[in-house]
Amino acid sequence: MSGGLTSPLPPTRQVTGSIVLTAFAILTDGLVYAAYLFIVAIGMTLIFGVMKILNVAHGSFYAFGAYGAAMAVGICSNYGLPTAIGFLFMILVAVAIGVVLGIVLERGILRLVYGKDEVIIVLITYAVFLILEDVITLIWGPRSYAAYEPMIAAGNIEIGDLVLSNYDIILVAIAAGLAAFAYWSLKFTRYGRLLTTVIFDRETAAAFGINVTLVYTVTFIIGAMLGALGGAVMAPKISVTLGIGVEVIVLAFAVVAIGGMGSIEGALTGALIVGICRAAAVHLVPQIELFVIYGVMALVLVIRPYGLFVRAQPRKI
Amino acid sequence: MSYPANLIRWGLTGLAVVATAAAAQAQQPAAAPTVKLGIVSFLTGPAASPFGIPGRNGAEIVIEALNSGKAPAPFNKTGFGGSKIEAKYVDEAGSAANVVTEFRNLVQRDQMDAVIGYVSSGNCLAVTPIAEELKALTVFYDCGTPRIFEEKARSYVFRVSPHATMDNVAAARYLLAKKKNLTSYSGINQNYAWGQDSWRDFVGAMKVLAPKVTVDKVLFPKLFAGEYGAEVSTLLTSKSQALHTSFYDGDLESFIYQEQARGLDKRMTMIMTTGETAIWRLRDKLPEGTIIGARGANGPLARDTEINRWFQKIYSDRYNTPPTYPAYQMAQSLLGLKLAYEKAQKDNAKPTRDEIATGFKGLEFVGPAGEVKMVLGDGHQGVTETAYGTYHFNQRTKQPEIVDIIRYPAECVNPPPGVEADKWIAEGMKGAKC
Repeated sequence: MSGGLTSPLPPTRQVTGSIVLTAFAILTDGLVYAAYLFIVAIGMTLIFGVMKILNVAHGSFYAFGAYGAAMAVGICSNYGLPTAIGFLFMILVAVAIGVVLGIVLERGILRLVYGKDEVIIVLITYAVFLILEDVITLIWGPRSYAAYEPMIAAGNIEIGDLVLSNYDIILVAIAAGLAAFAYWSLKFTRYGRLLTTVIFDRETAAAFGINVTLVYTVTFIIGAMLGALGGAVMAPKISVTLGIGVEVIVLAFAVVAIGGMGSIEGALTGALIVGICRAAAVHLVPQIELFVIYGVMALVLVIRPYGLFVRAQPRKI
Repeated sequence: MSYPANLIRWGLTGLAVVATAAAAQAQQPAAAPTVKLGIVSFLTGPAASPFGIPGRNGAEIVIEALNSGKAPAPFNKTGFGGSKIEAKYVDEAGSAANVVTEFRNLVQRDQMDAVIGYVSSGNCLAVTPIAEELKALTVFYDCGTPRIFEEKARSYVFRVSPHATMDNVAAARYLLAKKKNLTSYSGINQNYAWGQDSWRDFVGAMKVLAPKVTVDKVLFPKLFAGEYGAEVSTLLTSKSQALHTSFYDGDLESFIYQEQARGLDKRMTMIMTTGETAIWRLRDKLPEGTIIGARGANGPLARDTEINRWFQKIYSDRYNTPPTYPAYQMAQSLLGLKLAYEKAQKDNAKPTRDEIATGFKGLEFVGPAGEVKMVLGDGHQGVTETAYGTYHFNQRTKQPEIVDIIRYPAECVNPPPGVEADKWIAEGMKGAKC
């Protein structure tokens, strides 16, 4: 036995204003978790909305984005570049990875199976997901990677007894920016209107002369980019390790199902509902934290089987 | 010379060469039979990096050393009893049903003499009845559940590494020894058997050792949750002075990154029962003053002995990183099996599985992590001393260190033979000799 290095015990703190503080903590934690969910779900719901493909490989886009981000942050750190440069570089790397994966998968595999049964396409994306998991092992090996520098460098702010990470605030801002950009793009740009037409009815859109195949390709690439971007912005918060894509698919699916498959405003609402409910559960009844996400999903689907924001389907004769 | 004559001449020469070679071969002694070992560990998935790969690497390096006869005494006989070891490495990833199928393949199709492996307690529980059914000699190297030998007597299953109860009893003892004025603590553990059992044992030990200290927040996020913002807020707004966690790998690292960004470690002392697996990766990112466990006296908590220095050197030379506790557990398991094999061996013949099992039962030996006594589970479950320490990153050498180490004898932190771990804790840890 050796001795002498006993560190002083942190003193017992008097936690004041606990109800207000807890409510504030639930709100902030809920927003941060909702931001995370929305960022990972937006690409998945976009692809489903346009292409009617439940893309299981979305988890791989997230994982590739996270690995790419960790690599980018590592390179910048090795060259002694500022953390802000590292952050921008990791975004660029993730976007590039998303573009490459999107093109390869859509042009190389999915275009060959358009028109097949939706279940078959889900199985194909699941197969792609499994293959990409192995590709990750081949490229980066089985070890974990860290990209925490941007989060540590962002610092924190203290509000009462609560300390908030500035990086979390940035994450909420990114999610809000993505939501606003998606809304503006769909409502006020030419491509957005074309997309809305294809979402509404593919055959009618084609009959009006819209190049549906091109819309599919572009949408899938954007979806893949968003998936990879989700992984990249989360990489500083997590240990980038094998299997991170699996968790994301399940969560993203829950959010998309609550909001309505293919609805971006639905994904935002679903993310907020799940985020706040989960944060409240962790603070107030931690035993039901696991149950809450899927409990909310089940409740919503019982009341509205197609989700909160599903659009009316045109009747076809 | 004519063509037929040439043909005959070359034919006769060829026959002579073949005959000479055959005669030479006949004069050599018969090659010793190889010992076939199945090594099962996570080679992919989230548990590969912290446990599976170090365990596999530990097996590879020790088997190489044993096969070359370069291990220190008493392990210096080549391979197992003079027979070279032939290892087959199998991935533990997949469902329990898949793991059982792979186990059957190793035993029935590949005719392995023994199987060493398994990180997941769920997989150990699934494999145990099959190993008994097939009479397959099996050594679990990392899984921690005490249930394996408490539920039923086993004949062919062994575990050299101590079970997980020791980790949490020792953690409670260390925390109370170092933090005399502790009034309240919390816990964050993964919501499955490992996390639940770890917390149960820790709280049980704390209730026995310091009944007035209260439990504050009890958090069980799902396995591989990744995002811990709400949990960190909950802990920040608590009055706890210490936090117990059995998190590992991605969960441990993600939690540390997120809590550090919000300064949780400045408010409470962290107790990480498996923290040793992360020190070489996290380095100065691991909070100073964290209480670190290594599931036994492994890694930096191992005693400075000749065999430990040997193991550290061969491992570090090959993999450019010091061995962490899964590598130690694998090495201890292999060395234990080797001694059991050689104890059972008569006249250099290959012993049967039953003979090896008899040799293994109640075995005592000293490996890189110290002395092992197979005294629990009717001689099938090992106990060792354990140790806890405090994390310090040496800014001068830029190397992680564990300081302020306290060692606990096996009899202090393990139940006596024949007593179930949770009952032993609940009944006040009677008979503990510290």
